[in-house]
Amino acid sequence: MNEITLISVISLGSLGTIAAIILYMVAQKFKVIEDPRIDIVADKLPGANCGGCGLAGCRALAEEIVKKESLEGMSCPPGGNEVMGEIAKVLGLEAKEQDPTIAVVRCSGSRENAPPKVKYEGDMTCAFAHNLFAGEGGCPKGCLSYGDCVASCDFDAMYMDHKTGLPVIKDNCVSCGACVKACPRSIIEIRKRGKKDRRIFVSCINVEKGGVARKNCQVACIGCGKCVKECKFDAITLENNLAYIDFNKCTLCRKCPPVCPTNAIHELNFPPRRQRPETKAEPAEA
Amino acid sequence: MKTFKLGGVHPPENKLSQSAAIEVLPLPETVTIPLSQHLGVPANPVVKKGDSVKAGQLIAKGEAFISANIHSSVSGTVQKIDDVVDTSGYRKKAIVIKVEGDIWEDGIDLSKDLVKDISLSPQEIVSRVNEKGIVGMGGATFPSHVKLMVPQGKTADVLIINGVECEPYLTSDHRLMLEKAEEMLVGIQIQMKALNVDRAIIGVENNKPDAIDHLMKLIPEYPGISVEPLKVKYPQGGEKQLIKALVNREVPSGKLPIEVGCVVHNVGTSFAVYEAVQKNKPLVERVVTVTGKGVKEPSNFVARIGTPIANLIEAAGGIPENTGKVINGGPMMGKALSDINAPVTKGTSGILLFPQAETSRKPVHNCIRCGRCASICPMGLEPYLLAVLASHKRFDDCETEKVMDCIECGSCLYICPSGRPLLDQIRVGKNETGKMIRLRNR
Repeated sequence: MNEITLISVISLGSLGTIAAIILYMVAQKFKVIEDPRIDIVADKLPGANCGGCGLAGCRALAEEIVKKESLEGMSCPPGGNEVMGEIAKVLGLEAKEQDPTIAVVRCSGSRENAPPKVKYEGDMTCAFAHNLFAGEGGCPKGCLSYGDCVASCDFDAMYMDHKTGLPVIKDNCVSCGACVKACPRSIIEIRKRGKKDRRIFVSCINVEKGGVARKNCQVACIGCGKCVKECKFDAITLENNLAYIDFNKCTLCRKCPPVCPTNAIHELNFPPRRQRPETKAEPAEA
Repeated sequence: MKTFKLGGVHPPENKLSQSAAIEVLPLPETVTIPLSQHLGVPANPVVKKGDSVKAGQLIAKGEAFISANIHSSVSGTVQKIDDVVDTSGYRKKAIVIKVEGDIWEDGIDLSKDLVKDISLSPQEIVSRVNEKGIVGMGGATFPSHVKLMVPQGKTADVLIINGVECEPYLTSDHRLMLEKAEEMLVGIQIQMKALNVDRAIIGVENNKPDAIDHLMKLIPEYPGISVEPLKVKYPQGGEKQLIKALVNREVPSGKLPIEVGCVVHNVGTSFAVYEAVQKNKPLVERVVTVTGKGVKEPSNFVARIGTPIANLIEAAGGIPENTGKVINGGPMMGKALSDINAPVTKGTSGILLFPQAETSRKPVHNCIRCGRCASICPMGLEPYLLAVLASHKRFDDCETEKVMDCIECGSCLYICPSGRPLLDQIRVGKNETGKMIRLRNR
């Protein structure tokens, strides 16, 4: 009995030792030397793998940062300047302060503003409806309201307002850009968050002629050019019957929203105007 | 009786307008002629606002290889060249002409006499077909001259004429075969001469016995042409299905019928070819079926291209009260219109008015893996898989599963007991995969 135990212990023990030696040698031979800083940087990143930096995920960004040894052109939209600052400290680099950004919905074609003319019964995704027809409201550029953008949001920062049929972006948006890619009509844009979250933008992307656009939607940009004349900072350009406000030039002076005849220019998070009681209704939240 | 082997469905036929003779629709007040009525590059307008045009005059030139000329279907003045909602539901460039009288361009033979002698050479036939803007009249509107030119290194040995009309409700091809059979047969001979083939087969489903009998009586005068009755099955009118049914050849995946020596043309196209070659008449009118269960007089009209669809509906007795959808094309592959003032185009084979109760989709349930979609797919695909892959944006997997072979016949959507929007999702997959492939090949 004792003999059997002894033999088995010795044979198994020696087998194990041999295997351990082989494994150790192989591990040494094929060792991948990884920069330990990658782990440190990856730990600092939020770990959401949203793809907002333009790379495959947080680990990929960490590898890229360590490989390039610079933070030039790198950004982590969910982490913001805070995370980039921490990474800069760890690596002894310098991080440029970047203006925080947020996604905005550039369409106000709610059911009230652009009344539905036809009823759609097909697959309830924007991707298919976009290939099929101009949309229930008739605007070929407007929001289709089937919520592909909401489905793409990993941060619970969007929801569909069922009353208006438009997506709403909440303040916890990290501007990862997933919704921008999901929207087949490119309605959503990443813009500068602005001081105190204040933003002014043209909430329309329709490039049809004014009359045609207006027929489908009450709040369409008709390309009249009034806002362009009003702007003293050359921030507004008019192209293809559509005004666009450059957020890098805009000083948030609030001169353009009141002159827009169709209320297509939205201002967000500003205190209510005092001197101008005739100002039109509050713009919808975006 | 012959038919294709793989898959297929049997939707109720409902050919309500099959005994209604073709009537000529009165001219509308204005016509709207879209510049993109064919597959390929849109034509470029050669007239401008204020020009007066005659019927049959060239108003837009198709300059690319896959493109087609567009002719004025009426005489009058060009009102504007603007973006107009067409049958696609989007605004597209179109020429709007105000109708004044009915004066035709010189050199167009409007008489009804049958001209049998084919005086043109094959090259001349192809250039005439190109010049007169003939496109496939079955619905896909592929420019016909491209099909009549056999590419280098390939030979065609049989011309297949599609008189199947497998779509339920539609009867425009059926009526054409009955009323314009001789013209059509001459048209087929012209196409045979252009392609240099000595055999042509007309495939007709046997739910049109009168058309089969009529053609059978006439064909002895036209050597080389035969008529083949086919068992009724949808989608027999698909090019690949028809080739399989008639000559038992299989077109390889991603290839054209010419690969197996076949060229397929529609009966409507053959008639248009006859008019272009023998009568010098461009494609400015076509037969359109207006039908539906509530329609007072289901009819077949000859309508000028650009006529508002509303006019056709009016001529058939107006929109019935409980209409839920107006469909451009057949019930299986047609598309609901968002505006009934959209114009008739070269590819409009029928207008369907469906009662509300019949149009609404079934409620969507989960896939129960019954496999019916896979067993009826005439291309041998797996629609349930393609739909899932497409909705998960796995387009490279879509490509390996041959999504590009889908002919969008709608059989899967028709058969699915769970009412899943299979074709909708596959179409997205097909679009995106096509984009991906084009980008890669660039």
